Formats: sequence, C-alpha cells, structure tokens
Amino acid sequence: MSPQTAEAKSNSTSKHVNVPGKPEGWVPAGDLQEIVTLEEMQKLPKETIFMTGSEAARESIRRANVDMAIAYPITPQSETMQQAGYLFDEGYIKDYYRAEEEIGTMSAISGASRAGVRSLTATSGPGLMRGTEAIASWPGARTPIVMLNMCRVINTPLAIQPDNTEISFLLNTGMLVMHAENQQDFFDWPLIAFIVSEEVDVTLPCTVSVDGFFVTHARGNVAMCDKKYKIPPRDGWRNAVPSMDNENPPARISRDAPIQKSNFISYHMHASWQQEVFSAVERSAKYFDKYLGGLIEVVNPDAEEMIIASGAAVSQAREAVRQEEEKGNKVGLIKVKTIRPWPREQIIAAAKHAKVILVPEFNQTGWLHKDVCTTLYGKSTASIYPGPRVFGGMTMPTELILDWLKDIREKNTSRNHF
Amino acid sequence: MGVKRYNVRMAGLGGQGVVTASHILSNGVVISGGHSSLVPFFGSEKRNAPVESYVRISADVIYEIGEIIYPNIIMIFHPSVITLGKSYTMPFYTGLKEGGVCVINTGTPIPFTADEQKGLDVNDTKVYNVPCTEIANKVAKTDLATNMGMCGAIAAVLGMPDLVSLGGSVKDRFIGKGIVVSGGTAALDSAIEKKFAKKAKLLEANMRTLYATYKYVIDKGWGHPDANLVDEEELVANACGTVNV
Repeated sequence: MSPQTAEAKSNSTSKHVNVPGKPEGWVPAGDLQEIVTLEEMQKLPKETIFMTGSEAARESIRRANVDMAIAYPITPQSETMQQAGYLFDEGYIKDYYRAEEEIGTMSAISGASRAGVRSLTATSGPGLMRGTEAIASWPGARTPIVMLNMCRVINTPLAIQPDNTEISFLLNTGMLVMHAENQQDFFDWPLIAFIVSEEVDVTLPCTVSVDGFFVTHARGNVAMCDKKYKIPPRDGWRNAVPSMDNENPPARISRDAPIQKSNFISYHMHASWQQEVFSAVERSAKYFDKYLGGLIEVVNPDAEEMIIASGAAVSQAREAVRQEEEKGNKVGLIKVKTIRPWPREQIIAAAKHAKVILVPEFNQTGWLHKDVCTTLYGKSTASIYPGPRVFGGMTMPTELILDWLKDIREKNTSRNHF
Repeated sequence: MGVKRYNVRMAGLGGQGVVTASHILSNGVVISGGHSSLVPFFGSEKRNAPVESYVRISADVIYEIGEIIYPNIIMIFHPSVITLGKSYTMPFYTGLKEGGVCVINTGTPIPFTADEQKGLDVNDTKVYNVPCTEIANKVAKTDLATNMGMCGAIAAVLGMPDLVSLGGSVKDRFIGKGIVVSGGTAALDSAIEKKFAKKAKLLEANMRTLYATYKYVIDKGWGHPDANLVDEEELVANACGTVNV
C-alpha cells in the first residue's frame, strides 16, 4: 500500500493540538497506524514474543482501534487495564478512565457504545458479578462492547485465584461468550470480538473470557503483526440501532412506552425482542467461523475417548493427549472456542465416534458439561463423565485427567456418568 | 535423568526473589532455544511469607499451564521452608515424582524429621545441598543474590539453560527488556540499585554468583552431562561489557 493510500485510509481526522501534559503538536500514536482489515491483519507477517497474557491483551488492544475504555481495577484484571492506561497515554486509545465501581463501569461503557464508538471494558469474577445488572441489559440494548473477563473465584471461601464459574452467569444473557485458552488466543480473540460484535446483523456485546493468572500472569509465546497496523474503526453510521447523540440526549432511552409496562403488548414485545437477540447470537456464528477457523478445534477426530474442554482446561487436555500418545493410546480433544454461539452441530459431528467423553472444567458447577449433555442427548451413545473438575483456584494437573481415563478403562470407577 | 520435560517447583520466603528466579530461569531457557512457561502462586506479597513459583522447561512445545502439583524438581530457597513449615506445600516434598531432585539452599544438611527422611527415601529423592546464600554473600557481598545462586545451581543440575543464555536472561532482567515481576520487586530494584552505584557492577555481582553456584554443582558431581562451564571472565564481559551506565 502506498503511503498516500495509507494516509487516506487512516482515520486521523482528529487533530490533537495542545493536549494537556503533551508537547505541542503531539500526535496520538494511534493516528499514525495504518488501517487493515482483520482478514488482512491475520495474514500479515508475525513476530513471536514470549509474554504474559496481560501483555498479550495490551498488544491486542493496541491494534484494536479502541475509542473508549472504562474499567475498575480488580485482581487479576488490574494489570491489563493498567497496561491499557499506558496505551491511552501513548494515544492508542482515544479516551480512558477508571470508573468508581463495576455498576458504574458497565453502565458507562454501555453509554459509550450507544453513542456509536468502539468500547472496551475488562473485569474479573466478583467485579463481573457486581456489574452483571448492567451487563445483562447490554444485549437487548444492542450495544457492541468487548469485555475482557479474567476469571476469578466468586464463591466462598474468598480467593483471588482462577475459577471460571462466573462464565455460567453470562451464558443466558444474550451476549457472545468466547473462552480463550492461552496467551495467543488472548491476543487474537479481542480483535475478532470487536469485528464480530459490530457486524450489523450481530450488534451484540462480546466477552473474551480467559482463566486468570494461569494465562494473564503467566508467559507464553504470542505471534503478532507489527504495531503499526490497526483494524478499521467502528462504523457508527451503519449500526443496526441508531447511535445516540450525547450532545442532545433523548428524554427517555426507550422509544416505546408500552415496553415499560406489564401489559399484554409489552410481553409480546419482550418476546420478539429477546427472540431477535438470541437469533443475532446464532447469526454471529458465521463470522466467528471465518475469523477463528472454526468454532471448535478437533485433535484426533477418530478417537473413541474424547475430551471436550474450553479455556485453560484445553491446555491441560492437550498435555494429557500427548502423554497418552507416548503410551500408545489415542485420545481425542474438542476445543470449544465460542460458548455463545454454542457450536451444537459441530460438537455432535465431532463426538460421533466417541464411546467415552470427559469434560474437564475449572469450576464446581460444570456449565460446559451441562451444555455438552444437552447437546449430545439422543445424538450419542458415549458415556459422558462430569469431570475432572477443580475449583477455588486450584490448578488441574494433567495427572488428574490421566487418572480418570485409567479408572474408566479399568472400569474402576463409581463416578456417575450420563 | 532421561526426562524430556522438567517441572520445577520453587519454594522460598517473600523477599528472596523466588518469582524473579523463576522468570530468569524460564527466560534463560527460551533464550537458549528451548520452551518454558512459568506461573507464580499468588498469596500475600510480603517479606518472609511463603512464596511458590512454578517453571516448566522442555525441549518441545509446552501445553500444560497452572501450578505444578507433581514436580520432578523442587528448589528450596530457605531452610525454614522445611524446618518451620513456611510453605504452601506441606511437607515440602509433596507431589515430587519418583527419582526427583530437591535442591536446597543450605550449607549444612537439614535435620529432617523421621517422616520427612522416609518420605524422601521411599521416593528415591536426590537431595543436593547448595549453600547459595553463603556463596552470594561471599561473591556478591549481599544475600540478595541468593536467587541468582539458585538459578546457577538448577541450570547445572538440569543441563539447561546454558550459562551464557542464563546470563543473557539476567541481563534482560536488569537492563533492556526489564522483566517486571511486581510493584514490590520494582521497589526492591531501586533499593538494590542504590547499593550498587552502577548497574554494571550489580550485573557483574549477579553473574559471578551464577557462575559460582553452577561450578559448585559441577564440582560436587551433581551436574547434568550437558552442563558445561564457560570462562567466567568471558561470561561477565559478555553481560556487562556493553553496559554504559
């Protein structure tokens, strides 16, 4: 691309002259970036850097052309949003502030999205719970927002450790839910989340969840393109829902009074409204499929013993698959990338050879297991085992998965299965 | 040891640089062309509180993440991890795989209880006592270099990373890429930097400590066949020669 074209394509329309605290003539670094489509970005030459998940998220945000970021610090999310603060200082994020708590955060970022700008927030377990009242209203308000969620224990006893039960609370809100496995996913997926959530026939918020500490505070290899590139800005004018003019705010947000009354019309309206939200979730699948290279990844597709997992449990399962391979056993793995949209047909197809299915999870509730059982009911003859599960922040040793497989093979288990 | 992958659990006390040591070891392995990942255990970040950090090392790609429950190497940075039970993992060898190695920072053998001795014996554990703090005091003139000593010792035991890569990792830590472990560590940095007028001096002291414990392990016959000494002056010059501070 010639420099002229690059300039023409860049959105450096804002002239930041005499920004307080910056030298005269300071130009935000984001204005100097070159815009490429996400497809183009995915094909650019990449450099591999050994970095933490928080740093990977920072590099993703740097390339994401974010207009507005609002967050309230909570462990283990704090480090990422501290890094986002540096990006704001350098001019990669146009506006950024620390809210006063999570209800405020999640309400405010919704306002940003309604105004038509690309909006980012991030939180963790208890903060997510506090903000859920506002979060649950996002999908129906059709607000594209990317929320990074660094999972953390929410139940008692209190802990700051990773545990992803909180994801179960997001599954029925109507928002898009991705569950990243590692640092590379945590770089790649926020960019995908922005683009998909802003598609006209989607127009929904998207969370990119990741298991806290295990990914955010640990280092892994991340391949990324040069920081001189960014994805295109959000096109507020082509929103499915008209952007709000914050200079002249509407007297009331809801345009139809009946929706706020409990009467027959409002029930109809609510039903069609929600039907449309969940249809939009399904419509997002084609975009995720394109950018993620499939909603699921399958290792050893013809194996009779399969592991179905998401997030950090996938990494543990990969190691279990490898160690079984060293012993001469073939174990399969299905990595579920998007929990919403739920890849129902893909999982049915990928699990059709399975006789035994394990669903390892980093939580007590087994939300993935429930969805797997619902999906495979009547479609598979496999015995589906609810685990292994670890929670409260405990890690999942590969040995635990290997033990379960061994016990099942030797019929040495009284574990319930479905 | 015939193992292709090492899972290392480091245990010590807050302020000893356990987490920093894990970053340096891990980064050293990556510099040497291997694969590594690490995760610290996040408890209370304060002086003398128990600290654990976990490092995975492999010649091949690593998938597994999270804390290491079943290590094949454990490193004890302070005797009171064992004698006073200052540890998240009790007893200290819990989960150590059969034929595993335990490197302890001590000049004199730890008086294990009968149960501890039995626990080590039935598991065929090799215990290597390396006086890292003594060596740090002697070579670097500060016990703050204990963690460097532990890095040198473990690199010799495992035969990876090589001394030059490990030195490169220490250099990354203090100069250039600047691996930041936590806010508390940054504060300690400024304290230690005052002690050493120039970063180059600090780096040199650390390099010489690394070298001394690496050599100690080899001299004791505990070194991996792949562990090779390099010229000490060359190692120091490589790390410090280009530093103009």
